[in-house]
Amino acid sequence: MKKQRLPRTVAEFMAYAWALEVEAADRYAELAELMATHHNREVSELFAKLARIEGKHRDQIAAQMGWTSPPDAAVFRWETPEGPETTDYGELHYLMQPWHALKLAEHNERRAVEFFERFAAARVPAGVRAAALEMAADEREHVRLIEEWLSRVPPPESGWDEDPDPPAVAD
Amino acid sequence: MNEADSGTIAPAVLRGPNDYKSDIKPVWCPGCGDFGVVNALAKAMAKMTLEPKDVAVVSGIGCSSRIPAYMASYGFHGIHGRALAAGTGLKVARPDLTVIVTGGDGDGYSIGGNHFLHACRRNVDMTYIVMDNRVYGMTKGQPSPTTEPDWDSKLSPDGTGLREFQPLVIALTSGANFIARGFTGDPNGLAELIEQAVRHPGFSFIEVLSPCVTFRPEQKEWKKLVKPDAFKPTPDMPRAARRMLRDTGFDLGVLYAGERPAFAPRGPRALRAPAELEARFTL
Repeated sequence: MKKQRLPRTVAEFMAYAWALEVEAADRYAELAELMATHHNREVSELFAKLARIEGKHRDQIAAQMGWTSPPDAAVFRWETPEGPETTDYGELHYLMQPWHALKLAEHNERRAVEFFERFAAARVPAGVRAAALEMAADEREHVRLIEEWLSRVPPPESGWDEDPDPPAVAD
Repeated sequence: MNEADSGTIAPAVLRGPNDYKSDIKPVWCPGCGDFGVVNALAKAMAKMTLEPKDVAVVSGIGCSSRIPAYMASYGFHGIHGRALAAGTGLKVARPDLTVIVTGGDGDGYSIGGNHFLHACRRNVDMTYIVMDNRVYGMTKGQPSPTTEPDWDSKLSPDGTGLREFQPLVIALTSGANFIARGFTGDPNGLAELIEQAVRHPGFSFIEVLSPCVTFRPEQKEWKKLVKPDAFKPTPDMPRAARRMLRDTGFDLGVLYAGERPAFAPRGPRALRAPAELEARFTL
């Protein structure tokens, strides 16, 4: 795995934060379409909502930095296979329920907290550390919001993934 | 005045990865590894700033062979096992195009196995991406050439007992000029491999471990087994062959980057104008 370069300036750090949100928003949007294709409307709508939320964060960062064009993608490289807030394709199931989608979102937000906390703890300039701490606090707030959201969504009953007409091979 | 202002060269249009995807949405099962390949391919094309009109994605038959429809470039969804034949013809006729051939392990190593050998041997300048899930997914879960001999399923009780096809070894001994293995769970790493493969002259082959969550749910564990950057690229074929002796099947990276010149057709590229051929063969 390639070593991640530590940001030397606030602009470089914000490029990471921006890229994290771009990947997360794009993936949620993709998953929304995917679930719509498989007629799982409830989860599709939830992923679409998450895509809008992450897209808003992406745009907020760009506005805050005064960027009129995207920052150079070459400055960042994740240590993990994908961005810390990006949902793994492999975690999906066509019969998944909103509870599952929110658990994935919660997991992603927690990873984002860790990501920014790691930057804040690394040997970086004071401005970068302050920005990293602020982003980590934002992500912690997102964790809290998702937890609250989860508390209103019923967990799946056992056998949620049983399909009387499965796509897999029959006896 | 810069070149763009002079009117002789159109200004480059910067595209993002999503601009390389078509409006057709994939119908693959949620969780399928092939999504990672579309993603990686789009990222690689964006990174190389390829014009979609200058790229052709060619495929055979199978779940993964649907990829041409999902890309905004030109595409050709061919017949089973013959993607490399179509891709070779296209590249020889139109060397200006970037030709990327895609498919699965059944399509490429079984019915298309012979084309695979000779595509490696011919070394035409194109890239072949095989999404290997060690099963025939589209036809509901039959063992493929790369299926483990002891994979017990309803369609192969107690396993086939047949040893697996070794794509990287076959590619190496058959003459492929660039050989790598990637993983769909790492679309960014895979995009880098695709970029290197496309840029490398001659026939480039990437085996992509692409889990089938429907028929091989145990493949979800692959993300814990893969070893990123385990291969170190070498132009030395015997060295690459020795490296394969300790391959775990999950070692990722570039195994071999050869220096063999790409195939160049002799003589004029087109002997007949398309209209002339059409007139001759129209009934």
